[in-house]
Amino acid sequence: MGRKEKNVQKARKLMEKPKQIRNIGTAAHIDHGKTTLSDNLIAGAGMMSEELAGTQLMLDFDEQEQERGITIDSANVSMVHDYEGDEYLINLIDTPGHVDFGGDVTRAMRAVDGVIIVVCAVEGIMPQTETVIRQALKEKVKPILFINKVDRLIKELNLGPEEMQQRFHKIIRNVDELIRKNSPEEFKGEWRLDVEGGNIAFGSALKNWAISFPYMKKEGISFKDIYAHIEEGKGRELVKKAPLHEVLLNQVIRHMPDPITAQEYRIPHIWRGDPESEIGRTMINCSEDGPTAMMVTKILIDEHAGEIAVGRLFGGKVKDGMELHIDDQPKKNRAQQVSLSVGADRIPVDEIKAGNVVAIGGLRDAIAGSTVSSIDEVVPFEEMKHFSEPVVTKAVEAKNTADLPKLIEVLRSVAKADPSIDIKIDQETGEHLISGMGELHLEITEHRIQEEHGVPITSSEPIVVYRESVEHEGGTFVGISPNRHNRFFFDIEPLEDEIVKAIDQGDISVHGKIKNKNELAKDLRELGFDKDESKNFISFTEDNVLLNMTKGIQYLNETMELIEQGFEEVCEEGPLAREPCKGVKVKLVNAKLHEDTIHRGPAQVIPAVKNAIYGAMCQAERILLEPKQKVFIDIPSDLMGNVNVEIQQRRGDVIDMQQEGSDSQIVAKCPVAEMFGFSGDIRSATGGKALWSTEHAGFEKVPNSLISEVVREIRERKGLKPEPFGESHYAD
Amino acid sequence: MGELIFIGLGLYDEKDISVKGLEAAKKADVVHSEFYTSDLAGSTLQDIEDMIGNEIKILKREEVESKALPLEEALAGKRVAFLTAGDPMAATTHVDLRLRAVEKGVPTTMIHSSSIFSAVPSLLGVQHYKFGRTVTLPYSQDDREYPVSPYKNIKENKERGLHTLVLLDINSEEKKYMSVNEGIEALILLEKRLGEDIVVEDTLFAGLARVGSSDPEVKAGYPKELMEHDFGTGLHCMVLFGELHFMEIDSLINLADAPKEIREG
Repeated sequence: MGRKEKNVQKARKLMEKPKQIRNIGTAAHIDHGKTTLSDNLIAGAGMMSEELAGTQLMLDFDEQEQERGITIDSANVSMVHDYEGDEYLINLIDTPGHVDFGGDVTRAMRAVDGVIIVVCAVEGIMPQTETVIRQALKEKVKPILFINKVDRLIKELNLGPEEMQQRFHKIIRNVDELIRKNSPEEFKGEWRLDVEGGNIAFGSALKNWAISFPYMKKEGISFKDIYAHIEEGKGRELVKKAPLHEVLLNQVIRHMPDPITAQEYRIPHIWRGDPESEIGRTMINCSEDGPTAMMVTKILIDEHAGEIAVGRLFGGKVKDGMELHIDDQPKKNRAQQVSLSVGADRIPVDEIKAGNVVAIGGLRDAIAGSTVSSIDEVVPFEEMKHFSEPVVTKAVEAKNTADLPKLIEVLRSVAKADPSIDIKIDQETGEHLISGMGELHLEITEHRIQEEHGVPITSSEPIVVYRESVEHEGGTFVGISPNRHNRFFFDIEPLEDEIVKAIDQGDISVHGKIKNKNELAKDLRELGFDKDESKNFISFTEDNVLLNMTKGIQYLNETMELIEQGFEEVCEEGPLAREPCKGVKVKLVNAKLHEDTIHRGPAQVIPAVKNAIYGAMCQAERILLEPKQKVFIDIPSDLMGNVNVEIQQRRGDVIDMQQEGSDSQIVAKCPVAEMFGFSGDIRSATGGKALWSTEHAGFEKVPNSLISEVVREIRERKGLKPEPFGESHYAD
Repeated sequence: MGELIFIGLGLYDEKDISVKGLEAAKKADVVHSEFYTSDLAGSTLQDIEDMIGNEIKILKREEVESKALPLEEALAGKRVAFLTAGDPMAATTHVDLRLRAVEKGVPTTMIHSSSIFSAVPSLLGVQHYKFGRTVTLPYSQDDREYPVSPYKNIKENKERGLHTLVLLDINSEEKKYMSVNEGIEALILLEKRLGEDIVVEDTLFAGLARVGSSDPEVKAGYPKELMEHDFGTGLHCMVLFGELHFMEIDSLINLADAPKEIREG
């Protein structure tokens, strides 16, 4: 029996003992070496052959990931490690570092209790590092730090031992500051980085060694020694003295909580149900006796087995053939092929218990984020907090018309696997529109459709999704129904910035049916909402709100559903260019209704409401918002001029510039609309010497000088007449 | 200057139009009609055209409400006859067309015909003085919540001792009319939801079909009985009763086959 097979056997035993399980993730800025780290941990733990590790990138098993050398999907792996005479099962979830897939990082965080923050010694803290630390702490996931690529400090930057040590201290200080700022109250002290305490390691994931300060002390190794080893090219000895997996997995077991410990404080935080209920107690105690409760973090598409739901089993157990409820879905699904995962392999098991990360087939209705349970109507895990929203759209078509039905099926499953992808069918043109977080995100999705699902497609140029909003207050505007017997009076104003921000960041949840109106009203008041208004909200659509400020109007109640529908339709298609609305506060201030239900049906109410809101928006001065990206570019200093030109040509603003030795980093903010083709342009402008990444930076107003041109372009693309309607159009 | 003549077609077939109306329709330059508010169940379009000897353009809701086509024609100098089932203004929204005409200085005329509002009390032998608000039961739409106002208004009428005329929805595109059976069912669903004892086992209803024809169906009784009663084709409507005068009781028993026990109650 090979080492891998033995470990598989051990894993099957260990998954029964929650105290000996750790569920962990890795998180980092792109290219800081997270996937290499995971691979060498897995190899070290004997879950793949050692020669392959470091070159094969086991976790990047998606063909495209290997080509690009970045991780797109967070895969998961289980491994076995010995620590002080006991064996432990470590379930590792690898998370993507590219910003476009931020939703995936968040979901992975939900499933783990601890995270190794990987920071490149050369680059230091990068914006994504900050984001992932914030995301981890928000989910009460405990961080430890690994400073990677240490050898490059010596070999490439020629730093001396003193300078190297200074650099470590700077990184540690910065990460520690972020942890201090973002830690949950109860862990503010406990989770701080501690040089002596050993929740920090440094080393080289690629060269397969890592070391911690206590270890150095214990073994009597000094910085000078390490320095000398690397300088003299004796890396192999370091690997023997301080093998990566040994040092890091020891830290993981020592510093990260087992699921029983973690679920006690994490469940009340991530799950909103009653902690005293049977299922609540089952999860808090991480008990196998009780209802099954699992959160799906990811859907993998397997060529043979179909859709595989991967997630954290918080309570109860799962067996083959079990009937499970998926939240929001009417029918039960039957679990099949219950297994542990080892990269692309899955190890089938008969039964798996609370506290593990599990892969299950047959859950056809589950999507990433679903709550799965053996009992019906379980309170779902909080709505996933996404840090970004779709900003780029492409139209896709099947190359062969015969593939059309298959394409529809494939798009559906792609959207299931990646909820940050939005699929729509344009009712007028019949085109399939896919929206995502950026140009690269869509390219990758297209690649999947073609290569993994085998449907050849053609796609349009990417299109930016704008938002419409208003500049100031407008109204009261009267909308009249076609039969002229119903009138709706609306006021409009911009929704308070603080509230838009809170909704975008998921600090307040306004989606779907609002369960606790009083609680939301209280949250809104705390964010600066007027007291009267906070009591009168009817519904939210994204970050627009409908308020009913009227009192005692007969028949209004049974008309409200139609008014809401009119409001929603406006939010989907604004008055300027039929782009979605953002940050609009819509207030119904009066209504006059016909006596008879028949004369105030949908055909009457919806157009009247839409006209009133559109008209009031005209009075409030319509504006267009465009998505922006922060662009981080690392280049040799002598090329700064070329990069600045690129940025300026793209209506970009340089917001930060730093120089270190011969290297510079530029941080700029650019409109997404101007970023198409940036990859090629920056390559030719810098001879391929620029390293760059982007981050969603929210929406900002399109400059006044450009609005009418952009609006015309969008309208023409949509086959509308080039000029938007004026106020008077909506008055009649 | 043209003019706009509102002509009622009456209740059932092409012969319900008044002589005055018929003459005006014959003399009109343009004849428009709409059948989305109500319908003439006993006639085809051809029957009406033959009768008035003039071609009829049937307008869609949008052509009446938004485009106001009859008014456009009148403004172009034509004498326009606008035909609607029942009495012209019984479909209340048409007043808008008249107001717009007045605003533009177009003369309007009203030629009446029989209306459901007087025909129902006539057929049942109950007193039109004693009716409260009329309600309409709409077809339920998608998964929208069904409106509660018909139920609430029946309740209000009842509390004041008044009868309620319940009109039933039509779907002009699919030529579908809601039946008394469906109407009672809709009210029972509302009763289950709201539970204010407006429709109970011994609530007296009257159902009517083909009002205005030579063989109208008129039947008073309790929900269970009427649910099983076959009212036949055509437009249906119903009545729920408030306090009944002894003459009304006699009428209902003799003219609408109401159960005799209502005399004691």
